[in-house]
Amino acid sequence: MNIENSTRRGFLTVVSVAGLKLALEPIPALAQPASERPKEGDVLVPVESESTNALEPRDIPLGGPPLLAWPMDAADKTVRKDSRLNKILLLRLDPSTLVGATKDRAAEGVVAYSAICPHAGCEVNVWVAEQQTLECSCHYSHYNPREGASVIDGPAPRALAALPLKIVGGKLAVAKPFTGRVGIVAS
Amino acid sequence: MTKILMRGVCVAAIAAAGMCGASAQQMIEPASATPVPGPMPEILRQYTAVTAARLKNPEDGNWLMFRRTFDGWGYSPLGEITPANVSRLQPAWSFATGQTEGHEAPPVVNNGVMFVATPGNQLLALEARTGKVLWRYKRPFPEDMTPLHPTSRGVGLYGDKVYFAAAEAVLVAIDARTGKEAWAAKVDDYKKGYYLSLAPLVIDGKVLLGASGGELGARGFLAAFDAETGRELWRTYTVPAPGEPGSETWPAGGDHYKRGGASIWITGTYDPETNLTFWGTGNGGPWFGDQRPGDNLFTSSVVAFNPGTGQIKGHFQYHPNDSWDWDEVSPPLIVDYRRDGRTVKGLVNVARNGYLWQLERTHDKINFVAGQPYVRQNVFKGLDPRTGRPDVDETRKPGTNKTAEFCPSLWGGKNWPPAAYSPQTRMLYIPANDNLCTQLTGEAPKYVQGERFQGVAKNVLKMVAGADHIGELQAWNLDTGKKVWTTNMPSFNWGPVLATGGGLLFAGGTNDRMFRAFDARTGKILWEFPTGSGVAGVPVSFQVDGKQYVAVQSGWGVDPAKMQTRMNLIFPGQYPDVPQGGTVWVFAVK
Repeated sequence: MNIENSTRRGFLTVVSVAGLKLALEPIPALAQPASERPKEGDVLVPVESESTNALEPRDIPLGGPPLLAWPMDAADKTVRKDSRLNKILLLRLDPSTLVGATKDRAAEGVVAYSAICPHAGCEVNVWVAEQQTLECSCHYSHYNPREGASVIDGPAPRALAALPLKIVGGKLAVAKPFTGRVGIVAS
Repeated sequence: MTKILMRGVCVAAIAAAGMCGASAQQMIEPASATPVPGPMPEILRQYTAVTAARLKNPEDGNWLMFRRTFDGWGYSPLGEITPANVSRLQPAWSFATGQTEGHEAPPVVNNGVMFVATPGNQLLALEARTGKVLWRYKRPFPEDMTPLHPTSRGVGLYGDKVYFAAAEAVLVAIDARTGKEAWAAKVDDYKKGYYLSLAPLVIDGKVLLGASGGELGARGFLAAFDAETGRELWRTYTVPAPGEPGSETWPAGGDHYKRGGASIWITGTYDPETNLTFWGTGNGGPWFGDQRPGDNLFTSSVVAFNPGTGQIKGHFQYHPNDSWDWDEVSPPLIVDYRRDGRTVKGLVNVARNGYLWQLERTHDKINFVAGQPYVRQNVFKGLDPRTGRPDVDETRKPGTNKTAEFCPSLWGGKNWPPAAYSPQTRMLYIPANDNLCTQLTGEAPKYVQGERFQGVAKNVLKMVAGADHIGELQAWNLDTGKKVWTTNMPSFNWGPVLATGGGLLFAGGTNDRMFRAFDARTGKILWEFPTGSGVAGVPVSFQVDGKQYVAVQSGWGVDPAKMQTRMNLIFPGQYPDVPQGGTVWVFAVK
C-alpha cells in the first residue's frame, strides 16, 4: 500500500523478544495493570530491552534522538506494555529551550510524550535532527517537542499527549497522568 | 422533568412579553424526555429492494455499486449532459460531511436514495434530488487502532440493507430504511493490523470483501459473508500456507506467509458468464523481495475466485517478488476487445507498475495477451511474449541495504483511482502520473503486532529533470492497443474517472480543488468547478424524475495529501497544504 517513509531513518527499528512473544498471545483486557495508562509514581523502562532497570535522565541522549519507553509500576514491576497506547517518547533537551508548561513537565530536561500519532494511530517514529522535531512518517505530521509537542504541520488533529515527569531517587518517574487522550479520535 | 422545563420557558416568556397564559396554551411539549425517531420519510418507506438481477443489469438512472456495474467500467449510459451543454453545469446542492481526510467513496444511488460513506466511520443517507439528510450512521473507532489510510471507498447494496466496511475490520449491515445496524460481523482483528477501507461487493446474496494491512504484517484474503445473517461463508488467503498451491513460490520452511501481504483493498469485478470474480492484490510484506525469495504468489496479481466457494480459479501476476511497493489492487475491467482478427474475452488492467495489461478470461485460467508501458517505466527490460512475465532490471530493484532508483514512483503510474471504459468510444480512460520516480533502500524489520512491518530505511521521491508535468488523463483504444490522446493536468492526478453516455468524462484529482468535465473523444477540458477541498472521490451519475445529475465527494487527504507534502520538499513553497473538509457535490444542467 501507499506508505511512504521518511527520507530520514526512523529511530525505532528494533523490538525486544518480549514484544514478539506478546504478538502471539491474547491481549488482556484493558483493565489489567499491564494495560492501564501510566500512573503517578510509575518509573520508565526502555522498550528495546527486557530490562526493568528504571531509566535515569543520563540514559536519554542529550539533544535526541528520542528513546522509547514503557511505564512500569515501581512497586510490583508490572511493565504496562500490553497497550500500544502506553508507548512513550523520551527526549532530553536543553531546559532553557523548553517553553511554557513543557518546562514544568520536564525533569532535568527530559520531556515525555505519547508515541502514538493521534491522526491515524501510527507510531511517531522519526527524529528530524536538523529541525529538532518529531515526525510521524505515515502521513508526515510534525511536532515541536519544546512546546508541548504541538503540531507544526501535517494532518494530526492535536498535539501528542504529554506525560509530566519528576525525579525520584535519581530515576525518571511519572508525575501526573497523560495531559490528554492518547490514540486516534473516536468519531 | 419536561413540565418543569416548560414552566421555566413560561417564566422567561413573562419577562419578555408578559403574555404567559396565552403562550403556554400554544406550546407543544416534547413527546418524550429522550429523542425518538420521527416518521420515516416517504422516500425510505418506498425504498426499492436491490436484487441480484438488478445488480447484474441496473437501470440507467441508478448507481448501485462501486463502479456501477460488475464489469468495473465506471460508465453511466445517461446522456442528457453532453459536450454541447456541459458549460451550463451548476451545483444542484452540496452537503458538508463534517469529516476531514480523504473522501474517496462514490455516492451510491438507488431510486432517489443516496448512500455516502465518509472517513470517520460514517455513512450518510441523503435524498439524491435535494440533499436532505434521511439518516446518519456513525460508528466509534477503537482508540488503539491504526487505520493507515483513513478513508472509506463506499458501500454495497442488497435487499433492504447497506453493507459498510467499518475501519476496525468489522462488516456492518445497515437497514437502508432506518439507518440502524441489522448485524455486525468481525472480519479480522484490528490489533493485528487489519483494517477496512473498501466497498463490499455483493454477488448473489454474498457480501465479498478483503482487508487492508499489508504494511502492518497482515496476510491478505478475500472473504464472503451471508448478506442476510452476517455469517462468514468462506475465506481464501491470497498468500498460501505451506502445501497449498502457490506455496512453492515462498521460502521453504519459513513463516513468511503469515505476514506476506497481498492484501485486497479495492473492490473487485465480476463476470456472470464465467461466474468468476476478479480481485487485485497488494505487494508482499515486508517490502523488499530479497527478504522473501521467490515469486511470492499471489502478491501483485489478479486472482479469479469462484464467488460461491472462494476457490481460486486462475491468476496472473503482474510482476513477481515485488520490491517497489507496487500494490496491484485495481481489479481488471471486464471488456472484450479485438486482437489479431478475433474478439478476445478480455480483462484489462492499468497497473501500478506502469504497464497496461490486456489479458483473456476463461472459465479456469487467465491468459496473457499484451502488455506495454503507459508511463515512463525503467524496471522491465521487456515481457516474455508468451507468459507476459517481466524481465526485471536488477539494478532497478531495491533490496536490504541496497539502494535503487526506479520509475514510476512507488505510488505507481496509476494508484487505486479507477480507470473508466466507455462502450461509446471503445476507449479506456486512465488517470496517470508520469515523470515521478523513487529511490528506495531496505533494511530488515522485526515484527511487532500492530506496528508497521515494511523494512524501509530510506525513501526519496524524485521528479524527472526537465519534465513539464506529472498528472495526465489518457485515452486508449483497446482494439488497436494505441493511445488516442493525453491531456496534461496542472498537478499530479489522483482522480477516479466517470464516463457517460453523453460523451463526457468527469474527474478531479488535482491539487487545485477542481472537478472537471472532459470531451471523451478529444480529452478537451469543457468545464471545471472549484470545490472547497481537493477531489479524490469516485464520481457517479444518476437520474431522478428524468433529470441527470453528476455527483462526487470533495475531501483531500490520505495519499494525495502525502504526495503534496513530498512535492513541497522537491519544490519548496510550490505545493502548500490543500484545505481539508468533506462535501458531497451534486451538479445538474440548469
